[in-house]
Amino acid sequence: MSPTLVIMIVGSLVAGSCALVGSFLVLRKMALMGDAISHSVLPGIVIAFFLTGDRAPLAMVLGAGALGVLTVFLVEMFHRSGRLKEDASIGVVFPALFSIGVILISRYAAQVDLDLDCVLYGEIAYAPWDLLLWGDRSFGPKALWVTGAVFVLNLILVLVLYKELKISTFDPELAASLGFSPVLLHYVLMSAVSVTVVGSFESVGAILVVAMLVVPPATAFLLTDRLSRMLVLAVILGVVCAVGGYGLARWWDCSIAGAMATLAGGLFAVALIFSPRYGALSKVLTHRRMARRLAGRLLLLHLDERGEPLAPDTLLRRFGWGKRRLESVIRPLTRAGWVDRGTGGLRLTAAGAELLEETGGEELAHRLGRESA
Amino acid sequence: MPGFELSFTARNVLTGAVLLGISGGVMGCFALLRRQALLGDALAHAALPGICIAYLLTGAKTPLPLFLGALAAGLLGALVILAAVRWSRLQQDAAMGIVLSVFFGLGIVLLTYIQRLPLGNQSGLDKYLFGQAATLTPEDVRVMAILSAVVLVTLALFYKELKLLTFDADYGASLGLPMRRLEILLTLLLVVVVVVGLQTVGVVLIVATVVTPAAAARQWTDRLGVMLLLAAAIGAGAGVVGALLSASIARLPTGPVIVLATSAVLVASLFFAPRRGYLWAVLRDRRVENRIRRENLLKDLYRVAEDRGGAWRDLVAWPLLMGLRGQSSRRLSRSARPLQRRGLLERSGDAVRLTPEGHRQAAEVVRKHRLWELYLTHRLELPSDHVHRDAEAMEHALTTEAVEDLDARLGYPEQDPHGRPIPRPELRTTAGSLP
Repeated sequence: MSPTLVIMIVGSLVAGSCALVGSFLVLRKMALMGDAISHSVLPGIVIAFFLTGDRAPLAMVLGAGALGVLTVFLVEMFHRSGRLKEDASIGVVFPALFSIGVILISRYAAQVDLDLDCVLYGEIAYAPWDLLLWGDRSFGPKALWVTGAVFVLNLILVLVLYKELKISTFDPELAASLGFSPVLLHYVLMSAVSVTVVGSFESVGAILVVAMLVVPPATAFLLTDRLSRMLVLAVILGVVCAVGGYGLARWWDCSIAGAMATLAGGLFAVALIFSPRYGALSKVLTHRRMARRLAGRLLLLHLDERGEPLAPDTLLRRFGWGKRRLESVIRPLTRAGWVDRGTGGLRLTAAGAELLEETGGEELAHRLGRESA
Repeated sequence: MPGFELSFTARNVLTGAVLLGISGGVMGCFALLRRQALLGDALAHAALPGICIAYLLTGAKTPLPLFLGALAAGLLGALVILAAVRWSRLQQDAAMGIVLSVFFGLGIVLLTYIQRLPLGNQSGLDKYLFGQAATLTPEDVRVMAILSAVVLVTLALFYKELKLLTFDADYGASLGLPMRRLEILLTLLLVVVVVVGLQTVGVVLIVATVVTPAAAARQWTDRLGVMLLLAAAIGAGAGVVGALLSASIARLPTGPVIVLATSAVLVASLFFAPRRGYLWAVLRDRRVENRIRRENLLKDLYRVAEDRGGAWRDLVAWPLLMGLRGQSSRRLSRSARPLQRRGLLERSGDAVRLTPEGHRQAAEVVRKHRLWELYLTHRLELPSDHVHRDAEAMEHALTTEAVEDLDARLGYPEQDPHGRPIPRPELRTTAGSLP
């Protein structure tokens, strides 16, 4: 298998695993748990390394997994005790655990072959050459096996527990009343996050894992309202980032993981601005349309109340608008035939008066009430 | 360590760590109370591309341009977070996660790009990321001091407004204060502190120097002013501990020691802080539990006497009391002894009885129980066989005022739903004349 292909596949597998569990993190407002866990597992890795004396993948995954669950447990404990908010619990727990790991490494790094860079900042570029050996036989790149296993595990988890995860994410009380424990599911999900983080970052580096856990799911969240579609979309976006990011990295001659994360950010920015329903652009346009409509109605109402044509200058003074604003309000009204510009100024037409009759007073008052509320 | 003479480097580190402890602790209070504890984490990561771009532009590792670059990138990251929360349906946590990972990823891209440039001398940019306090130069410390002073003075100037922003932003807006601008000011100050701290403790641990002292201080007080002072003191103290320990023990990095020292203070605070601490909660629970046990014993004696036709001066056998709630003799003694001490209970051999004052208090408990049962059956129309358990709990919680009110609302009833008499407080006056 060519190195290029290996990197793309490993990147896609990581992106897929992360998208599956990350979607639930984003929906549960715990997006930063991935970042926290990816740091707090450090002492687990170091201790596993001390105990086994070499870099046995299984021991490291177990050590890291244990610390991942410990992190979740501590965060939950502080949070549930009511003495710290959830974000504060995360913010105090993971740096403390990370500190323990750093101190262990710097105190004993002389004796063992272990440094911070290789633990936390794995480099996906080396993935094709780190082979899984069994005796004398090679079974291909190790990262492929590890990330593949994590992906399959996450896929099974989401498929088997889809309904439970869905209900406990959107309505924990309903989940509890239906008889499956939200707390247990929380731990299951967080264990999956730990396994994903640990299984992935040795091959691709922590930063890519954190990015893939949050960015593609958040992007998908801006594009759809259905959980199933969000999951599929997040996986697809993740794969696009992995493959496209690799291309970018070759083009710019830079860090592959960094390029994948950057591309993910670019896709997110596009969705943030242009998403049809939840994008910033559509929000701004809708807002502006509503504001102009309301201003138009106010103008009509005012003309109706006065019962005489009003000069533009008078209107400018009354409403405190700029000339261009006034023009932008008047234009759609003339086009609809509700007002016309006579010599004495702006005048309500019969059609305009009829419109106010039909929809005007009460609806407008209602809208104004809602607007100010 | 030769005496307490600190080396030149160690003095730098000490000064830097204390400055960071104070400014981080103070800013952390606002971040914590505004539920933005992890904002510092996101901003620290977001600073990386700024450092890289500043380096690319100036081609030198002078602290000030790198500081400014980090500041600009951090502020941009903060604005992106604010904008994403405002303009999309994303929550703050997702916005922070995105800024954190994407900015950092971009930074890594730039970093690898820089490493391929034929400039040389680019190693060491990463000290701004992973924190090597020992590399702090006097110039670094001077910049830190100036920036910390700027942060603290700004906070002092806008203290009232920022306090309002933290606790009741809507009220502030209704007073006509520019809440959004204040929010941006506060975020800017946080960015400054984060960037100041990067070189000392590194991108991963900076969040702890901001959040942990504030979280510890929060346990001791409900007042913002006190909390700020406490957090600053805790941060500074941890800075001293971190700097001294790492100076005297080989291969002990400063940042992690600072974080662990602060975390130790936090754990101690969580346990021992008055009112909020775990220890106090346990003591309080036990006190309540003991009171409930004592009241139950009084009530049991009252009920036994009632069954015997009101002869409450008769002795009640110990084993009978044990049988009522299935309690061991020892456990029952634990409830009985304090009652004896207070003169509510008399013990003679293997039997006990109420004193007049004990009888009065027992009647009070029974009265609460029966009035509550009546209230549930009358007002909530619960069946009378469903109300006992609830009354068992409420009899220990109702205050005297609440009971009088309940009594009045029910029209001063004579009997509970099971047909037992409800004791009246008039007993107090007759109690003395009873045999």
